[in-house]
Parts: sequence; C-alpha cells; structure tokens
Amino acid sequence: MEIKERRLIPIYIFGKRYEVPEGLTIQKAMEYSGYQFIRSCGCRGGVCGACLTEYRTPKDYRIKMVLACQSLVEPEMQITQSPFIPMRRAQYELEKLKAQPDILGRIYPEIYRCLQCNTCSRVCPMEIPVMEYIACAIRGEIEKVATLSFPCVMCGACVLKCPAEISQPNVALLARRIYGRHILPLSHRLSQRIEEIKQGKYEWVLGRLVQLSTSELMELYTRREQEPQESGHWIPKEINFPENLLREDQ
Amino acid sequence: MRASIRKVEETRASRAKEEFPRLSLKERQELLHRFHPDYREGGRRELRVGVNKGQRVPNELADLFEGLSLIRPQEIDLNRIHREVDVLVIGGGGGGATAALFASESGARTLLTTKLRFGDSNTIMAEGGIQAAVGPYDSPALHYLDTIGGGGFENLPNLVQALVEDAPLILEWLARLGVMFDRKEDGDLLASFAGGQCRRRVHSAADYTGMEIMRVMKDEVYSRGIEVMEFCPAVELLLDEKGRCGGAIFLNLDTNERWIVRSKTTILATGGIGRLHIQGFPTTNHYGATADGLVMANRAGAKMIFMDAIQFHPTGTAYPEQLIGLLVSEAFRGWSAQLVNCEGRRFINELETRDVTSSATIREVVERKKGVSTPTGMQGVWLDTPLVELNKGKGTIHRVFPHLFHRFHTFGIDITKEPVLVYPTQHYQNGGLLIDENGETTVPNLFAAGEVSGGVHGRNRLGGNSLLDIFVFGRRAGILAAERSKGTKVGRLTLNHIIEYERELEREGILKKGIRSPILIPDYRYGKALPQIHQ
Repeated sequence: MEIKERRLIPIYIFGKRYEVPEGLTIQKAMEYSGYQFIRSCGCRGGVCGACLTEYRTPKDYRIKMVLACQSLVEPEMQITQSPFIPMRRAQYELEKLKAQPDILGRIYPEIYRCLQCNTCSRVCPMEIPVMEYIACAIRGEIEKVATLSFPCVMCGACVLKCPAEISQPNVALLARRIYGRHILPLSHRLSQRIEEIKQGKYEWVLGRLVQLSTSELMELYTRREQEPQESGHWIPKEINFPENLLREDQ
Repeated sequence: MRASIRKVEETRASRAKEEFPRLSLKERQELLHRFHPDYREGGRRELRVGVNKGQRVPNELADLFEGLSLIRPQEIDLNRIHREVDVLVIGGGGGGATAALFASESGARTLLTTKLRFGDSNTIMAEGGIQAAVGPYDSPALHYLDTIGGGGFENLPNLVQALVEDAPLILEWLARLGVMFDRKEDGDLLASFAGGQCRRRVHSAADYTGMEIMRVMKDEVYSRGIEVMEFCPAVELLLDEKGRCGGAIFLNLDTNERWIVRSKTTILATGGIGRLHIQGFPTTNHYGATADGLVMANRAGAKMIFMDAIQFHPTGTAYPEQLIGLLVSEAFRGWSAQLVNCEGRRFINELETRDVTSSATIREVVERKKGVSTPTGMQGVWLDTPLVELNKGKGTIHRVFPHLFHRFHTFGIDITKEPVLVYPTQHYQNGGLLIDENGETTVPNLFAAGEVSGGVHGRNRLGGNSLLDIFVFGRRAGILAAERSKGTKVGRLTLNHIIEYERELEREGILKKGIRSPILIPDYRYGKALPQIHQ
C-alpha cells in the first residue's frame, strides 16, 4: 500500500495536534507535520543519539524514551524532544592515566552515588545494561564497562533520568578509552609495519608504481593473487608481488 | 517476499562455499557503462561559469552552483571580526577533528566549527572499517594497486601514495587514542575483506567503527581544550586581496547572526553530497551532507576533480520502508554473505568493487526482472545474511554486527534467520576539491580533507578507504596549515569573488534566483517526508 493512501493517525508534537500516516517513524512524522529539523536530527540511522525523544500514550502512565529515527508513531502519542543534555565531562590526559581499578571512581566520584534504581537501563534506547556497567565501574572492572557500554550512542537518556546525577556515557567513554589504550595490547605486527615504512622498505616500489602508465597498472592489477575467503594457512605464490616484477623490468 | 525468501533458503546450502568468478576489466567497464547511474543520460550537466567551467557535475549540484549566495555581500561589514585564529577548521566530522588535533598540536590557535553537533557527520555512520596494509602477505604496494584499480586507474598517484603509506601510522595513532579495534583470539588486530581488495585489510570496531572513532576523537579534542563552535555553518569563504583564503562567514543557526572569523589558514572538512539525492536516489548519508563546502569553495575559485563520479553503495536497505536507503555494511559480504535474486541465485561476485556490484544489482532488477518487490512497490535483491552464521559459526552476526542486528530487530526482522532486501543507495562523492598530498586546494591557504576533497579515490572509492582518507589528509592538512599560519599575514578581506561569480551567472543567463546556497539543511517537510526511491 502506498503511504499516501494509509490511515491518518493523530499525534501531539509539543502538545499540538497533527495527523500523520501510520507507519512513519517519529522523525518522519514530525517532518510530515512541517518540521525542518536543526536540532534533534543527525544520522537518521540510530547511531548518533541526536534525536532523543520522550513520549506518552493515553493508556500508559509511563514516559518512554526512544530515538525518533528508530521508532514508529502511535495514535494519540504526546511527543517532546531533548536536543541537548548537559553532561559532566572531566578533564584528563589519557596517555598519563593508568588502568588501575579505582581510576573511574577517582575521575568520576559521583558513580558511588548510584542508588541501583535501574532507571538508566530501563530507559536506554540501545538496551544497554547501564546500571550494571556503573556497578562494574564501582568495582573497577574497566574491561566489563568498556564492552557492556560499547553500543552507547551517548543520547543522554540515562543522564536525564538518573536520580544520582551521574553522567553515565562519559564514564563509559573514559572506560573504553582506557581499555583501548592501556589494557588491549598494541599490535606488534602493526608497529613492525610502521617501522618498515619509516626505514623506506616500500619507498622504491611505491616510487615505481606512481610512475606506471595505465596499461602497466592494469596488467599488475589483473595479476594480483586473491586471498581466499577461507585463508587459514594460505600463502601467496609471489610473496614480493608486485616488487619482484618491477625489479625484473629494470 | 515470503515465497522468495523460501527460494533463498532452498539454495543456501548449495551455494554456501561456491566460488563465483570475477569479471575481467573489460566486462566491468561494459557493466558500468550500461547500468551505473553515472552514465545515465541527462543526470549531469556542464558548468558554464567559474573556475570549474566545462566540468560535468550532477544536476542537483549544478543547481546549487547556479543559485544565489546565502549572504548579500554588500550588507556584510568585513571590519566587524567576531573571532581571529591561526587555523580555522570548517566541519566537525573525522577529517575536521583530525585536522584540529594536529593543527593544535603544532602550536596553532585553532577553532573547530560545525554546522550541527560536533561529530555529526558521515564518519559516525561508517560501519565497515578502515583499511591499512598490516597483514604478513599484504603491503602498501598491494593497497596501492587495489585502490587505483578500484578507482578506474584514474586516481591521482601522489595522493594514493600518501594514503597507503600513512595508513598503518594512522591505525596506530587511533589505537593509542583508545579506539577499541576488533582483535583476534591472540590479541592481534582482526582484518576483514571489502570489495576490490586482494588481501583482507579492513580494521573494525564491530559495525560501529566510525561511531567508536568519532566519540574518541571528540573526547580528545575536548581534552586538549580546542575551541569548538557548534550549530554555526560556514556560508561563504573570505579571500584577501591576494586571492588567499582568509577565513569564513558563519551563520549562527540559533540566532541567525552572521559571524566573521578571520584566519591565517582554513581547512574545509564539510563532507559529502548525499542529501541532495542525486537522481532521486535515497542515501546512506548524514542529515548534514548537503555539499556546503563544494558550493563555497567553487565560488572562491577552488578547482574540483571527478565531481561527476558518484558512489552508489550496493547494499542500501530496501525493506522495511522506515530504513530505506540506510547502509547495510559491506563487511557482511566480507564475512561471506551473498547477493541473490528473487530465485535465490547469485549474479555477481560480492567482493567486486562497489560501482560494479551496484551496476550488477541494477541489471538484475531492471533488465533481467529478477528483483523482489516490496508491499510499497520498491524493488531489491537479497543480501543473504544467515549465510554468515552458516559459514562462520552461530553467533557471528551478534558479535560482528550488533548494531545492524539491533536496527533490524527493532522492525521485527531477525537477520540471523532472514535475508535483508537491498538496493543501491547514494553513498559517497568520489570526487571533490582538487588537493595536493598535503591537502592544499588550488586556492592558497585553503586546505581540504575528507569527502569534500577528491582525487585519491579516482572514480570509485574502495570500502575502508574513506575512514582512512579523512585521517591521512586531515592530519597532513592540519600540520601544514599550522606551519603555514606562522608566516602568514592576512590582507584586506573581500567578498568580491561572490559578486563576480553571481555577475558571471547573470551574464550567462543561468542565475537561479529561487535557489539560495549552500542549502545547509535538507527539506523533508510535508509530502517530502515520505520515502522515495528511484529505480
């Protein structure tokens, strides 16, 4: 069925009544009603957290928090949006921090105020167990905070609702950065490659490649060996390709 | 749709490990010429005025180039300077943030400005990952060949060299900022395939790669105390009497005030073009991708390259309609998901380059009539996602694609069990402002980084090369812009280039007074809010 032929349903945007086709996301329904967003609109795909929206329907006492781009309109819903939520962000230099168990609590001591009401987890549009990762933060389990909070889009729903006034997304961000920088190992292979580049291992071959004609490039391109999808023990026949061929030509 | 899904299920086991042949260069060319939207009659037109006169660009962009400036130069008092800085960065995505970090580290007073929130960008929406030749049988030389072959052998060699040589360095820089890249069981970096790569080379952070990187970079910018000005898009660039860029005029979207920022050097990192909906296609792009940087820089006299080459990503969502156009990561195909038609048959090697894969899908639907129709009359082909679970083990989709699983789950589709309906969607502008290997445009003291620039990807970008490009050229532009600012004295500021440009349009009789550009914000009001697709 074409959307234009669909049943219209009433919604209330900031208290004002509009009729919109059912099946639209809240974001598109607001646009259909005549809104041209400056705030409260970003990626339109559920990763940026710009469009945090609160609504209530007549038969439910609860206020729900959703991303407007990811949720459908319901008849008679009353909608409001929170385009900006002040969060506390501490100042730190990541490089100088150490992955000690109490590091999160030292930088964000308000985590100890958590009342374990679990409202943060219940309102999270990404269904992240927010209270659980705050508990992990209190216990100093940095890796668990990092992995549990990973899908956080930093929309701030938890921050708005938290009776202990914690800025959970910033606690999680710090934990992920400490985990990424100070707990996960830096790749040895990567450092080695950087060293090779610094020592000029690829200077000659790249210097040659930039000078090649289109037809020479096409020939090399066609001769590349394709690593297979299942490449467990795969080794290419010509390890030095294309340098080997270019050296021969010299 | 149900009946067709059953056919996909019936054929799944028999094609699970099947090797589908790759096309020769000649076959690829043929397919592109017949089915790629770039080659459609009437989609592009030649620019008739300005420094880019004679170049063909999409009609939607040409319209903006031929519109009136958002400001009336006569009404602006250029002596009322709001802010004065060494390096001005316009754009708050990955390219802009990187440029600001390196400019500031090089000792320049730096201001980062952005149209919407800091971080609102296509960067944040990048799912698949970032290329860097790290593997034991990989090398920057192979990365070079893959990139230039994918670009139709037209990429600018010096830019590609910079890209592949800096890639490992950039990856390590990001890891040191605390980006949680995916690891193998032994703790080393995990790499996967994207189309057109002869080695697995894409490094990811689940299917949130861009978001993970962007939130880390934002945090780092704030840590360093770099000033950020949000909801203030640049609307025109300022030149001095020597024709060098000396800052920009901004519009405070909250108050409608115009602010003038004078800067010794300026870096444009305004991103792409998707929200112009080239040829009516839906887009994977961010709300703010409205070609602002191109519009301003063209008026200021910056040359462009390959601006007729638009990338259509093969796997934009075609169903459900609420998600139309949204990206389904190429990494799915890297993890062995296949594209199949309504009969459950493959029609292309899924790891061909994006231009080729998209053209094959369009052929399958338009010419061979093997597409699948949705209840709203859209068409698409299947991306057989359950195959990933079959080939790579149960639970792989949850682990590697948590975001996409969640997104479809919200709309009642379990992608571990059901395939996803996809159709090409506008994804990237392959071309843009011509830059050198340090990111400088043809206008002195004006730099560009990321999607707004062009040349490095030729006529078609490879997956994983865009997240890379923004950091490589953001860094290079940031360093040189800071260096350059040290010896630079900005002359008397002028907007004469705007007056001249509009006069020229008028002389040619093509000035479009009904259009004001840059448009800054897309207009989806009323009926335009309803989804559309062009097939």
